[in-house]
Amino acid sequence: MTPTGPELAIAERIAKAREPLLIRGAGTKSGMLRPVQAATTISTAGLTGITLYRPKELILSALAGTPVVKIEETLDDHGQHLIAEPPDLSALFGTEPGTQTIGGIVATNLSGPRRVAWGAMRDHVMGIRAVNGSGEVIHSGGRVLKNVTGLDLCKLLSGSHGTLAVITEVTLKVLPAPETTGTVVIVGLDAERGVAALSAGLGSPYGVSAAAWLPDATVLPGLRLTGSATLLRIEDFAASVAYRMDRLRTDLTSFGQGEIVEDAVSRAIWRVVRDAHPLQAHPDEAVWRVSVRPSAGPPTLRAAIDAGSHGFLDWGGGLVWLAGAADIATHEAMAAIARAAHGTWTLLRAPEALRAAVQVVPPEAEALARITRRVKAAFDPRGILNPGRFVAGL
Amino acid sequence: MIQPDPKPDVLARRDVIVAGLATLLPPDGLITEPTRLKPYETDGLPSYRQVPLAVVLPETTEQVAAILKFCRDNGVRVIPRGAGTSLSGGALPLADAVVVGLMRMNRILDIDYDDRCALVQAGVTNIGITNAVAGQGFFYAPDPSSQLACMIGGNVAMNSGGAHCLKYGVTTNNLLGLKLVTIDGEIIDIGGAHLDAAGYDWLGLLTGSEGQLGIVTEITVRILRGPEGARAMLAAFRSNEIAGACVDAIIGSGIIPVALEFMDRPAIHACEDFAHAGYPLDAEAMLIIEVEGSVAEQDRQLAQLSEICNRFDPISLKVSQSPEESLAIWKGRKGAFGAVGRISPDYMCMDGVIPTSCLPDVLRRIGEMSDACGLKVANIFHAGDGNLHPLIMFDANDPASFHKAEIFGADILKLCVEVGGCLTGEHGVGVEKRDLMPVQFAPHELDQQRRIKSAFDPDWLLNPSKVFPLQASHTA
Repeated sequence: MTPTGPELAIAERIAKAREPLLIRGAGTKSGMLRPVQAATTISTAGLTGITLYRPKELILSALAGTPVVKIEETLDDHGQHLIAEPPDLSALFGTEPGTQTIGGIVATNLSGPRRVAWGAMRDHVMGIRAVNGSGEVIHSGGRVLKNVTGLDLCKLLSGSHGTLAVITEVTLKVLPAPETTGTVVIVGLDAERGVAALSAGLGSPYGVSAAAWLPDATVLPGLRLTGSATLLRIEDFAASVAYRMDRLRTDLTSFGQGEIVEDAVSRAIWRVVRDAHPLQAHPDEAVWRVSVRPSAGPPTLRAAIDAGSHGFLDWGGGLVWLAGAADIATHEAMAAIARAAHGTWTLLRAPEALRAAVQVVPPEAEALARITRRVKAAFDPRGILNPGRFVAGL
Repeated sequence: MIQPDPKPDVLARRDVIVAGLATLLPPDGLITEPTRLKPYETDGLPSYRQVPLAVVLPETTEQVAAILKFCRDNGVRVIPRGAGTSLSGGALPLADAVVVGLMRMNRILDIDYDDRCALVQAGVTNIGITNAVAGQGFFYAPDPSSQLACMIGGNVAMNSGGAHCLKYGVTTNNLLGLKLVTIDGEIIDIGGAHLDAAGYDWLGLLTGSEGQLGIVTEITVRILRGPEGARAMLAAFRSNEIAGACVDAIIGSGIIPVALEFMDRPAIHACEDFAHAGYPLDAEAMLIIEVEGSVAEQDRQLAQLSEICNRFDPISLKVSQSPEESLAIWKGRKGAFGAVGRISPDYMCMDGVIPTSCLPDVLRRIGEMSDACGLKVANIFHAGDGNLHPLIMFDANDPASFHKAEIFGADILKLCVEVGGCLTGEHGVGVEKRDLMPVQFAPHELDQQRRIKSAFDPDWLLNPSKVFPLQASHTA
């Protein structure tokens, strides 16, 4: 398809650009990773609209600037949803809630609690259109649910933060939304016991779709609980949810008496977990997202607490949300803790000076870093798209 | 099909190259005798054959690294190979190439039920992973038809799917980490036992890259706890259109069956004659639908699905009452390739994907093409995700028949792209669909992919003459 309108305009501006460009959607996650030094901004905010929606084919295409909430509303009208449950981190970043774009959430590959069971944003990107650093419009994938034709650029561009190409349109796999949801809550477990309960739940045949451990249950709306909260969610048809929650609670009795939370409250508490509210990050604090094997979550969190930070666990223990002092020493300590657990980290939020001074994601081994530089050049030979976003000088 | 000319200098240095490889491997890890090279001349696409220069069977990642570095230093082309089950010719050798077979790297290194993952070497079979964890009620989800033989390394290379990926995803959705050996002989760890590594999604790029970017020697896969149980039902209809409408109604109802398979009349007949599964021979189209959960959950879903099917005036409807009956329903479908092989001397299994709503129209047009070229075709379809497997029957001993089959297959795939689909859903491009890539991608888009290939493999030594159309594949 020949580019037209705003996509063509973006392609022409990139082709003619002589200097670095800041690539953004609504800008709600501009505070992630390293700051980009660029005098000119290219925004996809003008590219809006759902371009194809076939509920019976489980496929939706939207231009990159389409707000995620707009897509969620449209899907909801047809009883469907975004599988990866993308978070809205506007409270963390101090940006306008509900404004983030679908291009932005794909470019950052941020996924919510359902990721542990149903995959990340990138797992459901079936097709992508993007403008590379030479101003060429390229596509990968398509509008079907299975596709192995050529290299999978849908994956490579998801999570690439606008450094390889400017995403202009995405095609997503969507699924029927569950009729109802429910949550089993066990209070008072320490992180180790909590994650053991989460592992038991995720290793059960009941289809647990989210599993989190919070140090302080008082952040959860609609519940009057104190102490830590171990949360396991079931989503399905109502009869199945009732049956499975009962079985799950019974199977987990060795961890404590679980309380069953019904649909509306269940939805509310997972929205809170999704958007990282249990982190209760002070505005002055930095925020890290650390991913480790689930059983390494509790020791990782403990080490972070010993180093003066605080946090909670999602993804069955594997996603460690951390907040702590926004200084180089604390960042180095959090990175070292993630490294020791053979995990990965992202400095999600910090003052610009700190983000510019440190490695915001783990450095790659030299053999891979060489490939990274060549792949970057393969898309953006002049190095003008979001330079320095991941790594200084790239 | 045209293959690139062998490099004369490599052929001339054959003895030196063989002697060099011998120093890098255990004594029995190098094959050079013509009779022992013969089994490696082809894969699951036996229409194409070429004996390689040599075959090496490394046992460690370090040996793979040494081999690749040696090949790079000597300008020798490399063909990675798992079990050799590729249906797209992904492991087809070249005369001047060294085949690197991973079958001796067949150990399961670690299983972690708490973290729901397993670390396995590339030569472990797909079913071998599930067999290793089944005792604890776990399984590895992607289930290609060749799962008894095919190896996880090949599954990663081709991003293999299967009948149950509508719910559980394909290979790329079930991986956590890889050990990659580059053509420079460097060993790189990608990901690990955790989700979503920061930085570029190398795991996603490498999966399905068909041996173009490196050789994967170890894989960390996700393992899942199986459901309490599963049961199948069979519904037969008077036309492809009616069966297609029923598929739409099922998806529209909010039920996502764990499998939703469609067979047309020729496929039903071939499978029934072969497997005696009790398929209705008067039907034009048939669905196999599988659901999961407790017995009560299965009952409820099967009742709901039966109610939906009944709206479409089925010829027959059979809900399995036991695991044995479910097996019987699946028996014919799982034996489909053997069944078609029995009624035709040879067949080609195509692998296009179409928007599911296009199914009746696409089947009608395939039927017209079949009539026009005089070759029979049976269609098997993963109806939930649009992956169509037409089995084209021909006679490989008759060059005219083979040529017609190639053209028929290409026309089907072009039709898939025309209606909004793609050339391949789970078998890969390989050598088979290489020259059709321009149907789906513009020249500058192929160049973009070629530049990525070049970033990993500047001299184009890794699995050359696959994926990319030949004419420009060495000039990117």
